[in-house]
Amino acid sequence: MQFSSYRTEGFYDEMFQEDGTARPHFQLVEEIIQSLSDGQLLRYKHAAERLLLQLGITFNVYGDTAGTERIFPFDLIPRIIPAHEWDRIERGLKQRIHALNAFIDDIYHEQKILKDGAIPAEVVTSAVSYRKQCHGLNPPWGVWCHVTGTDLVRDSDGEYYVLEDNLRVPSGVSYVLENREVLKRIFPGVFEGLSVRPVNGYPSHLLEMLESLAPHPSGPPRVVVLTPGIYNSAYFEHSFLAQQMGVQLVEGRDLVVSGGDVFTRTTQGLERVDVIYRRVDDDFLDPQEFRADSMLGVPGLMAAYRAGRVALANAPGNGVADDKVIYAYVPDMIRYYEGEEPILPNVPTYLCWRDTDRKYVLENLGKLVVKAANESGGYGMLVGPHSTAAQREEFAVRIQADPRNYIAQPTLALSRVPTIVEDHFEGRHVDLRPYVLCGKDIYVLPGGLTRVAMRKGSLVVNSSQGGGSKDTWVLAAPASVPKGGRQQ
Amino acid sequence: MAHTKPLLSRVADAVYWLGRYIERAENVARFLDVHHNLMLDLPQGYADQWQPIVDTTGDRAVFLERYGAATQDNVVRFLAFDPENANSIYSCVLAARENARSVRETISSEMWQQINSLYLLITAESRRSEPTDLPTFCHQVRMGCHLIHGILHVTMSHNEAWQFIRLGTLLERADKTTRILDVKYFILLPSVSDVGTPYDDVQWSAVLKSVSGFEMYRKRYGRIAPDRIVEFLLLDGDFPRSFRYCIGIADRALHAITGTPVGTFSCASEQRMGVLRSELDFASVEAILAAGLHEFCDAVQTKMNTIDECINGDFFAQRPLVSEARA
Repeated sequence: MQFSSYRTEGFYDEMFQEDGTARPHFQLVEEIIQSLSDGQLLRYKHAAERLLLQLGITFNVYGDTAGTERIFPFDLIPRIIPAHEWDRIERGLKQRIHALNAFIDDIYHEQKILKDGAIPAEVVTSAVSYRKQCHGLNPPWGVWCHVTGTDLVRDSDGEYYVLEDNLRVPSGVSYVLENREVLKRIFPGVFEGLSVRPVNGYPSHLLEMLESLAPHPSGPPRVVVLTPGIYNSAYFEHSFLAQQMGVQLVEGRDLVVSGGDVFTRTTQGLERVDVIYRRVDDDFLDPQEFRADSMLGVPGLMAAYRAGRVALANAPGNGVADDKVIYAYVPDMIRYYEGEEPILPNVPTYLCWRDTDRKYVLENLGKLVVKAANESGGYGMLVGPHSTAAQREEFAVRIQADPRNYIAQPTLALSRVPTIVEDHFEGRHVDLRPYVLCGKDIYVLPGGLTRVAMRKGSLVVNSSQGGGSKDTWVLAAPASVPKGGRQQ
Repeated sequence: MAHTKPLLSRVADAVYWLGRYIERAENVARFLDVHHNLMLDLPQGYADQWQPIVDTTGDRAVFLERYGAATQDNVVRFLAFDPENANSIYSCVLAARENARSVRETISSEMWQQINSLYLLITAESRRSEPTDLPTFCHQVRMGCHLIHGILHVTMSHNEAWQFIRLGTLLERADKTTRILDVKYFILLPSVSDVGTPYDDVQWSAVLKSVSGFEMYRKRYGRIAPDRIVEFLLLDGDFPRSFRYCIGIADRALHAITGTPVGTFSCASEQRMGVLRSELDFASVEAILAAGLHEFCDAVQTKMNTIDECINGDFFAQRPLVSEARA
């Protein structure tokens, strides 16, 4: 398969420059792919699909027939990020996570930032995800966002923008690890001559961070992963992470609170738990405090957490900073808490509760992307240029009825990467979700999940909406490559 | 086992049933295969006897209600692919996979992959309008199940979860051996006119083959004789599908789980299992046959059901919280 007929069509292409030549960090990969015999790449593609199916790396789609599992489409052409570009992303993410943690801790304590007027107070108190139950809590090191999956996008200028912070229960990291394993197994030759930074250290970093949260210093910390169960769309990831860390995967019904502590129900009675990496939303965590109808949670868990008997990651209440209206103020938070200019810019955002912004949004629905403030996963969203008049009308009504709940952003021309479509390459839009772990220190997994909008022209990369993914390579800085060639 | 992290009750339950379902699928595949093979050896008139094979899985009533008279086609459909038959190969493999999926972090990845591969094989096969020939299909299922046991043995620590899989597997195997013996003995014995004919030999050989025991029986006893076959399948100390052997290993698995020495007990399941094991250790085939094989099989199946209930109560059920918590 050749790139000769491939066109960038005016978009920022991760692999090719406007003149049609490959960017320097992509040249080796281009040569390797073009040197393959006819049909070889498609054979690799089919082998990868078979492997994913056999490995059972599948997800469930909500609203689909019960028990239907799909593989997450995987494209063989990697997305490559050169060392200097990554270095800036990493610094930008660390700065941002640091400020977000400071913000959440402040909001649940003195609210200095509101008193100083750096952010309007009503923006915070009106957020659905602001949990008054969390006021005055002191999670270890003042950290509320232990695992973050920040969404970055690149516009036509090639600049990286932060699209969303995803502080609550971000998913997808298992695909980062599995994509790398699959590509190494199916198409090892493509790695030849490059030093790609490994990603398989993630579970160790995650375990170390989780163990560091244990409230009882004596004895080895007992960590569990809490999943909503096998019908959750991210169940594969929950079991994968538990398996990779060697900890138990539990459901709400496996846990019980007794005498103020949290226990697992085992064949030998109750065993105390110190740290819960919970992949259950705040709303479902504890029917005594949040949604009373939750079957997924553990009655009394929040009381145990508040009493410092068990640690929860991510900390309940951190979703306040995930609110898309509050997102718009993250650059102000960085200036306020860090005394620095943001390294990674936000996407310009119109807040519909501001009269001037709302007026602009309503007049320009066809150009903008409109999002509900408290939704994720590509739900509750209007992509203006791809919308029908009826959809725009529906959103106009919704915005006017509840302006606080809507924001709008310009439709970005997301960058593209060549992707195998039938028997040739076509450009497909991508985003990038790096994963950040925050305990005592901040760790950024090199790379992250590159999600691909597999449908031609589509800008929606969510797996629930037909998105796929690519292996994401961060190249090692030349100085860090050990003598004698690349690392195995 | 007390030094390692104890298993979640839910996980113990799931791996126990994972073991049972894989074993059940393999047994059904073997019964089908051997019976199909036997039918080819028998003259017309004998050769349409497909009902007994349904009886060995204990689903006679369900089958008659749904299908009526037994033919090769409907029995194969019922036992291999019928999603509404909870004991069909399809349903067993599906249930095994659902259990495996819920404990993927507990079993090894290799094991999960093999269970998943078997599932993909069965679902592909169940969608075909014209199934692959029966012997090939049964062979694939049996080998797929053997592979799971092999992978289980060499990729998973022989920890509590492993012992629960073994416990489930062995109890299921014990159950199936008594069932096939019960059904076949009942059918074969009354046909006195056949005694000594080639068909008698062929039929009894088929019973042995149903539990992969033909060659091992030959080595042990040589000539085909019903009493010796009963002795071999119920009381042999070395044959891995004999009833006594299965109960002996299940008993050891149970003690490995609790840490209680064999020969003593700390819970109801250990007590019941221990009583059954020692009964078999000191049993004689003559006494069993004199009192009636069918009665014996009925009685031990009731005992195994009780053991299963006790295991459920001792390990899987959610017990009251008071005074049980240990930090």
